[in-house]
Order: sequence, then structure tokens, then C-alpha cells
Amino acid sequence: MRVILLAILLLPTVAHAGSDYVKVPAGAYRSALKYEDIKDDTQVAAFELMKTPVTNAQFLAFVRTHPEWQRDRVASVYAEKANYLSHWSAPMQLGDAARPQQPVTHVSWFAASAYCEAQQARLPTWNEWEYMAAADETRRDARGDPAWRERILGWYAKPSTTPIADVGQLPPNAYGVQDLHGLIWEWTEDFASMLVSSDDRSQSDANRLKFCGAGSLTTQDRDNFAVLMRVAMLSSLEAANSTSNLGFRCARSLPEPTSSPPGSPLTESP
Amino acid sequence: MTVVNMKRVLLALMLGCSTLAITAAPLPPESVLQQASTFTDQAGKDFQLADRRGHVQLVSMFYTSCTYTCPLMIDSGLGVQHALKPIQRDALRILLVSFDPQRDTPAVLDALAIKRHLDTSHWTLARTDDAGVRTLAALLGVRYRKIAGGDFNHTSGLILLDAEGRILAKTDQLGAVPDPKFLAAVKAALDKPGPAAGL
Repeated sequence: MRVILLAILLLPTVAHAGSDYVKVPAGAYRSALKYEDIKDDTQVAAFELMKTPVTNAQFLAFVRTHPEWQRDRVASVYAEKANYLSHWSAPMQLGDAARPQQPVTHVSWFAASAYCEAQQARLPTWNEWEYMAAADETRRDARGDPAWRERILGWYAKPSTTPIADVGQLPPNAYGVQDLHGLIWEWTEDFASMLVSSDDRSQSDANRLKFCGAGSLTTQDRDNFAVLMRVAMLSSLEAANSTSNLGFRCARSLPEPTSSPPGSPLTESP
Repeated sequence: MTVVNMKRVLLALMLGCSTLAITAAPLPPESVLQQASTFTDQAGKDFQLADRRGHVQLVSMFYTSCTYTCPLMIDSGLGVQHALKPIQRDALRILLVSFDPQRDTPAVLDALAIKRHLDTSHWTLARTDDAGVRTLAALLGVRYRKIAGGDFNHTSGLILLDAEGRILAKTDQLGAVPDPKFLAAVKAALDKPGPAAGL
């Protein structure tokens, strides 16, 4: 009986999510970031990732069912009151400055995490995000191509005053995922693992004292500005912060292929 | 409004207040004690951060297999304790939460408490799950990363919370001799009259 009830409760959530998840097979890639403890490629386990970032409409549906995340009710420790969803016209209304299909921005890491949790999901890790973002439309790793880098950097060079486009307008990459570049910045689950504060750059003994274990990250691909800018931006944020061009999408771990139950109710085929 | 009515209103208000105090008013919106994760202490007892309401406390994150800064974190807590007057020392609580739930079981935490002669009526060494670690670190502004071989990179330091769980001060200065500014903030928080004294 409980199982049936649970299934009924879960159904509308999944249906409402309406966001396609793209299945990503396990793999390995060379991160643009270099850690003392990782000598080789970074391994990524199989997971699924939302095809597009979470939209204003989707986030509005979430705050309707989770009133503790409405901007007038949220605890300030979880989201800075001045910024959180400040582009909406009212706590439960998008208004003219926020179109339904635009990616939601002005969301804190706590709010983004809570949204994903409500979808039985989580934020992607940095590694998952970087692994996905290495692809262009045809290649899973296009990072060595100067033309591709140039194209991506073009977006970062654009002033951020231009209104954000709707999600899903850009062509899908080789995995079928859209908008990783060229639309918004995105939270990752482990944004706080980016130990690149100004303190870390100076390797004085006093600063080294702050860390247990090996030192902080450096880069092994200095030309990959697009990734490095993301890292710089994420490392400068606190979890309650939000900005006008920072949004998110959700991810889910996938069971190892051998144990994957076919037709599992929580996985949607794209 | 008649005097009698007025009195009644006042009485109702007073009763309302006292009931509120007993059933615990919601935590203030700035309180990190709102985190709902379950923690387990060195004695194996489960608790939530909200259970620690009512005491000024120092909070930090660490892991027991760390050999470099983490022992210093305990030294720092002890250093603050020693610099306080007995009445202040008695009112202060210290909470260290592990980054390493896989290895830092209550037994491991207890062994460390014994090894360092920590008075567990004032010190709590605790663990939570991975999501709990992530959320607490985010609330405290602690950055960390698990590195190959089971160690953690992390920023460290002590964080001072008032009795309601609001962050009052932080220090990155570790060691047995307390950061003077931080110590002053601890003393001020402990000397401040408030509901904490009555709990």
C-alpha cells in the first residue's frame, strides 16, 4: 500500500519536472584543472544531466510547492534577501523581467540544491560539468580546437547587460546537452571545493597552515579561459550568494550498467 | 479600551510569551542551527544543530586522520578555553564536525577526545553524512575537497556562534595562543546577558 502511495506521490513530480535528462556514459577526460593528487585523467561515473538549465517557470512551480523557498520567506542564511529571485515581480509571480522559458538566475546554491533534491536529483559535480562542457556539437572533446575556444570566448566577452535568452535555443552538444556555454553560469554541487582564493595563490607558510593535505589547484590548460573563468567565478562565491547570470541544472547518478533496472520509474528516456 | 480589558490583553501577551519561550520560537533567519541534518557525537548519540541552541559556541570542521592543521584546531579551542574566566569557560561549547564520515565513526571520534583529554561536557566531536558535511561547510563558508588517498584539502579556523546560531566572528589563526580579536568577540558574546544564561 505504501509503495503504491509513494508511486502516486512521485508521479506528478516526475511528470511536472518536464525536463529531459540526458544519459551520460562513464568516461574519463583531462581536466583543465590540475590537482597535486590527480596525475592522470579524471574519471567520471555514469550520470544523467538535465538537457537545459532550470527555467523561471520550473522554479516558480517549485516555490509554489516549497513555500520556504519563496523570496519573502527564505531564511537569510540560505539566500541573500537582496538578490534572491529579485528579478521576479513578486514572490509568486515572474512579471515582465523574467520570461517563463529563461533560465532561472538569482538563485543561491542552497536553493538550487533544494530544487534538485525535490526532483530526486542533485547538482552536478564540477567534474561532471567540465566533462560535459568539453564537447561541441559533434565531438565529445573539442577543447583542442582553437576555433571552438574562440567561439565560446565570444560569449564571455559579451556584456552581461544583454537579456538572457530562453533555454534550448543553442544546438545540443555531442551528448545532447544544451546551453552549457553561451547562456549562463551554473552552480555545481562542490563549488566549495575550488580552493583558489587569493590566500592560496601566495604560498606563504602562514597560508599553507590553513590546509590539511596537499595544496590547492592550479591549471594545466592555461588557454582554456572559458573553464578558468567559471572556476574563478565559483570560487569567489558563498553558498547564499546569487547573481543575475548564475543558474543551475540538476544531475542524477546512474547505477552501474549491469545493475540498471530497465524502465525504472525515475528515469525518463530523452 | 477599559482597564480590565487592558489587563487581560497584557496577561494574554505575557502568557503567550512564556508559552513561546517554552515551545521554542523559530530560530532567527541568520541561524546556521537551522540545518536539519542528523549529527552523531563521540558517544554515538544523534542530535541536530538546533539542539545546541542556547549556548555560545565555537564550531569548526576537521577530520581525525589529519596530522597537520587539525591537531592545531583542537589546540586553538583549548587555547580559547584557557583564556576565559571560569564562568565564561563553563558557558562556552565547542563543536568539531568531521569532513570524513566514512572513517570518523563515533568510536574514532571518542578515541581522539580521550587522547586529547577533551572535556565532553563542553566539547563535541561529531559526524554527519556527506550531504550534511556539504551543507554545514556551505553555511560556515568552509571550503574543502576530498583528495586521493583519503585526505582533505580544507580551509580551517574557528567560527563563533551566538546562542541562537548566528555567526559572530571567524578566525583563521590557529594555535594555542588565541587570536586577540577573536578572543575578545568570544568574551563579549559570553558576557552578553541573554536567554542563554537562563537555559
